[in-house]
Amino acid sequence: MSYPTELLYTKDHEWVRVEGEVGTVGITDYAQKELGDIVFVELPRPGDAVTAGESFGTLESVKAVSDVFAPVTGTVEAVNAKLQDQPEMVNADPHGQGWLMRVRLANRAETEKLMLADTYETYLQEAKAP
Amino acid sequence: MKNRIRTARPHVNRNEALIFERSTPGKRGVDLPPLDVPPASPREALGDSYREAIEGFPEVSELEVVRHFTRLSTWNYGVDTGLYPLGSCTMKYNPRVNEAVARLEGLASDHPYAPEPLAQGCLEVLHETARCLAEISGMDAVSLQPAAGAQGELTGILMMRACLAERGNPRQYILIPDSAHGTNPASVTISGYQIRNLKSNERGCIDLAELSRAMTGEVAGLMLTNPNTLGIFETQMREISDLVHARGGLVYMDGANMNALIGVARPADFGADLMHLNLHKTFTTPHGGGGPGSGPVAVKTFLEPYLPSPTIEKLSDGSFRLNHDRPKSVGRVRAFYGNFGMAVRALAYILANGAEGLRQTTEDAVLNANYVLARLRDVYDVPYDQPCLHECVLSDRRQAARGVRTGDIAKRLIDYGFHPYTTSFPLIVHGAMMIEPTESASQDELDEFIEALRSIAEEIEEDPGFVLKAPHTTRVARLDEVGAARKPILRWKP
Repeated sequence: MSYPTELLYTKDHEWVRVEGEVGTVGITDYAQKELGDIVFVELPRPGDAVTAGESFGTLESVKAVSDVFAPVTGTVEAVNAKLQDQPEMVNADPHGQGWLMRVRLANRAETEKLMLADTYETYLQEAKAP
Repeated sequence: MKNRIRTARPHVNRNEALIFERSTPGKRGVDLPPLDVPPASPREALGDSYREAIEGFPEVSELEVVRHFTRLSTWNYGVDTGLYPLGSCTMKYNPRVNEAVARLEGLASDHPYAPEPLAQGCLEVLHETARCLAEISGMDAVSLQPAAGAQGELTGILMMRACLAERGNPRQYILIPDSAHGTNPASVTISGYQIRNLKSNERGCIDLAELSRAMTGEVAGLMLTNPNTLGIFETQMREISDLVHARGGLVYMDGANMNALIGVARPADFGADLMHLNLHKTFTTPHGGGGPGSGPVAVKTFLEPYLPSPTIEKLSDGSFRLNHDRPKSVGRVRAFYGNFGMAVRALAYILANGAEGLRQTTEDAVLNANYVLARLRDVYDVPYDQPCLHECVLSDRRQAARGVRTGDIAKRLIDYGFHPYTTSFPLIVHGAMMIEPTESASQDELDEFIEALRSIAEEIEEDPGFVLKAPHTTRVARLDEVGAARKPILRWKP
């Protein structure tokens, strides 16, 4: 799977799609592969505050429970309620239907620190090298 | 390919129906004699609690019940059945003499509400067990109350908080290495602290520079396991604890891996302020199943006032009493004085071995783990390559190239008659295979285990698909773990 160029990426393998003042957040294809089959998704509630670099929820796979970190600071506008019944969407379509939450951005300038798709792919190559 | 299995124990391959499925309408386990008193109305006597019948209640004979549960009992795999190399769990032999001692009339039949003058023997056993654990850990005071390791951790962190609060500021964070046991962050969170992760260095140990950056005035202390979950000894323990102490923090040691240290090194000597011990790991009390567990906490003198209440004291006339007058205590953490029977067994083990015997168990445990590491390193990847202590961590890196992961190898190991090792932990090792043979394993048994893992590595080279479908010789084939987690069926229905 290739990494969509319209997304911005974190070192912790989350992505954000910024449209106006709202960012849609999910995990990358690399992250879903590493986690394995996702069996449970725990997300914040709309209205909750999230902070860039801090955990906003957990993804549970058969292997482990892992924190997911917010790429941006802001207020949660919506979460992907379908994941309650279909957590496998995170595995099947991590950059699309498997999105986790939408955040009203508190500070757009933050997104400048995030990686573009090609930088993220280079980062993955470096991380994989022994 | 199946002829490869040389060491497997015979499985009784038939699956067992549920007792509900064996039911025959009208069948009775016992025939009651005719009633020789006037009949009473159960509905009148029991009111709303009365039921005519229980829907789906199995109707079976006594012998069917006996056979059903006896057959199920033979499915158990335990330390008494074979090697149980589950890393970080210290699944060692539970000596039968412990059971004999715990069943002595005076110990087994005493009542927890017996008045102190009549419970002097039991109090002395507890006092003596605590004294031995203090000597082994180098600490000054011990409470045997916590019922298991994680409760010991919780008790310990609450004591840290109480101590720092009295000094003026309980602080906000606790540092935990990224190799830590999963219970550590849980205990910290339940105690009201927040976690800050410490990234390990390339040796898998604590990075002093990283620790120095993280150990600020907001940090209550460091919670670490030594040897760590890679089975590697933190050689800079002195520097680590000096740094934490200099910044006003405390050092908590998770005693899960004490099987690598008993009789050789004492946590108090290398700077730990408090710790818990797992009697069901290190001190041969039953581990699960026949448990319960026991997770005593051991502390230095300055933390003694915060120990759970009551404590056991020896008076000048040689008698013992429970002291409930402990204003600074974090309170009671367990009914009565913890799981008394476990203290009896642990004391029996400690006294039977003595100092030299305990030291030898440690040396044998370390030797066994290094033997496994040395004999598997040419077929499995060693992510942190250095001598280990009581457990070793390999990885599935070479096998993953053929699509076979640590969990698949573990399942194939079941076909060879062994309990799997710990898979996918510690988290800092990709595809971890964590093996802790303990001192209980003989060289013959270790050789069988090693040959099994070597044989599986060959199978993966020849036919990875075969290993991916393991286990092949068990009653049920590979379970759908993902399906079970996503769509669990929690209740049997006809």
